[in-house]
Amino acid sequence: MNTMVDSRTGAPVATGAEPAPTAATRLRWAVSDARAMTGRYMTHVVRAPEELILYFSLPIMFVLVFGYVFGSGMAVPGGGGYREFLLPGVFVMTMLYGLGATATGIATDVNKGVVDRFRSMPVSRSALLTGRSVADLLRALLEMSTLVVCGLLVGWQWRDGWADALLAVALILLLRVALTWLGIYLGLVVPNPETVSVIVFPLAFPLTALSNVFVAPELMPDWLGAISIWNPLSSTVAAARELFGNPGLGGDSFVARHPVLLAVAWPLLLIAVFAPLAVRRYRRLSR
Amino acid sequence: MTTTRPAVLTEGLRKRYGPNWALDGFDLAVPAGTVYGLLGPNGAGKTTAVRILATLLSFDAGRAEVAGLDVTRQAARVRGRIGLTGQYAAIDEILSGRQNLTLFGRLHHLAPRAARRRADELLEQFGLADAAGRSAGEYSGGMRRRLDLAASLIRTPEVLFLDEPTTGLDPRSRNRLWDAVRDLVRDGTTVLLTTQYLEEADQLADRISVVDSGRVVAEGTPNELKSKIGGDRVEVVLHDVAELDVAAGIVERVCATTPDRDPETRRLSAPVTDRVAALAEVMRALVDAGISVEDIGLRRPTLDEAFLHLTGGSRSTATDGSTGPSTRASTSGNEAERR
Repeated sequence: MNTMVDSRTGAPVATGAEPAPTAATRLRWAVSDARAMTGRYMTHVVRAPEELILYFSLPIMFVLVFGYVFGSGMAVPGGGGYREFLLPGVFVMTMLYGLGATATGIATDVNKGVVDRFRSMPVSRSALLTGRSVADLLRALLEMSTLVVCGLLVGWQWRDGWADALLAVALILLLRVALTWLGIYLGLVVPNPETVSVIVFPLAFPLTALSNVFVAPELMPDWLGAISIWNPLSSTVAAARELFGNPGLGGDSFVARHPVLLAVAWPLLLIAVFAPLAVRRYRRLSR
Repeated sequence: MTTTRPAVLTEGLRKRYGPNWALDGFDLAVPAGTVYGLLGPNGAGKTTAVRILATLLSFDAGRAEVAGLDVTRQAARVRGRIGLTGQYAAIDEILSGRQNLTLFGRLHHLAPRAARRRADELLEQFGLADAAGRSAGEYSGGMRRRLDLAASLIRTPEVLFLDEPTTGLDPRSRNRLWDAVRDLVRDGTTVLLTTQYLEEADQLADRISVVDSGRVVAEGTPNELKSKIGGDRVEVVLHDVAELDVAAGIVERVCATTPDRDPETRRLSAPVTDRVAALAEVMRALVDAGISVEDIGLRRPTLDEAFLHLTGGSRSTATDGSTGPSTRASTSGNEAERR
């Protein structure tokens, strides 16, 4: 084996001739690789904030349009202000739209060939996907902070103390993690990044309309109400309303009586399905 | 160098896409410390071979080793020893040039400070220091390609794969890249280069494999291959196509080989070794026979002819089908001479 020499300094350079790394080293590398990937995606947010602004402006627009324009004509079962009813729904809706950013980001990476570079380097196999999901969680935190401030400005508030409010936020973020894995899978399946918006946006709006985000299911026709109640988004919204102490809870179906349980179960189910699918799909890039 | 083990070795490599074999018994042995060229048209299987060797692609049969390591079973260790620069710059277009290289340094498990220092070194070395803070997406094609190559050199690789590194580059950028490759080889890196340009392989490669339809159809030093192809050719354009047969007979007698004939353009061409003497002799013989010649001259073999020759005429147009000195292979040669 010939010794490699740094092309500039002339100093010998390690070229991988070192012995195979131990399990502890590999774990340390896996963590540092995932951190580097997370840092990369967060740098994207800083250097190209247009996307983030788009994803911010949409929910704020919904708060204004539904909260003020349509809101006066909206009823909340059991009474209470419509904007206070609406805000938990908008939080969750923002998490849903975020999966578009996830899928676009992954699809762009695969298409531009930068994923090939990562795969030809001694980078931990899990780093790209883990890094993306952590970065998306950080983005979601940023989005939630902004939305909470907006909410407080339009009269929304939490009424049952800090602990319950933080638990509500945690459940919303858990849903975001689940949607991230769905987004990663989608990003690996689509032929190009442009396809993502064609798939995500036409689906996302009906999905929020057919939930308890804008209208309480009890006020819908029976069959629509049933769909809304079983919509995974509804469980997280209902759990958030319960924990924030916001109005609009009702119904006595199993789902309506156990919103927090389902707000945990639905996302875990989504993760259990889409995380393995995404990892498998990522591995299959080598075919 | 204490070892004779090839830096890259494949034996009977086969890769199938649907009903087509992209690689169909691909054999390669690249001596350590050399530049090795894979020369072939689009779709010949060059990129497939490089992607398999860079651990990006699985294969169906055969064996592939890089730096003495099996690319399937020891993929992780192979990745620590290779660099890859593909046809399309594989860089992050939102990050700046410096951020790109720092990221790749971190992913090579350099400490944060070492990664930044290495990034600055490479930016300097590849003439990108002035553009270090700009988004890579705003770079010109040549700058991107240089950044891409720099990213492959964070740790000086034992084996560097260059997949058509100069496709789409202007001559100046190409020459810069060629110089960088020569520097690397001087420092001990083995380079496997794919190219469609005969001249590029000629300029850089110590040995060349000509690839066609997923297998190697010829192998040797550039000089060996040139003599196989036949070096320079004498080309005759006749005034009257009716005289083609007679003229072909004369050219055959002088050059001691059957000329290629193209009745449509009234053209004959044959390989010659003693260039000008052969040209004069063909000219005199044709004039003596009273054959009216419209044009006559010497020219380099085109890539088309190389493939016709090496693949036994199985491929009618290897590149763009044009003939004469304006084909891409010889154009890049002229540019190289101007340097």
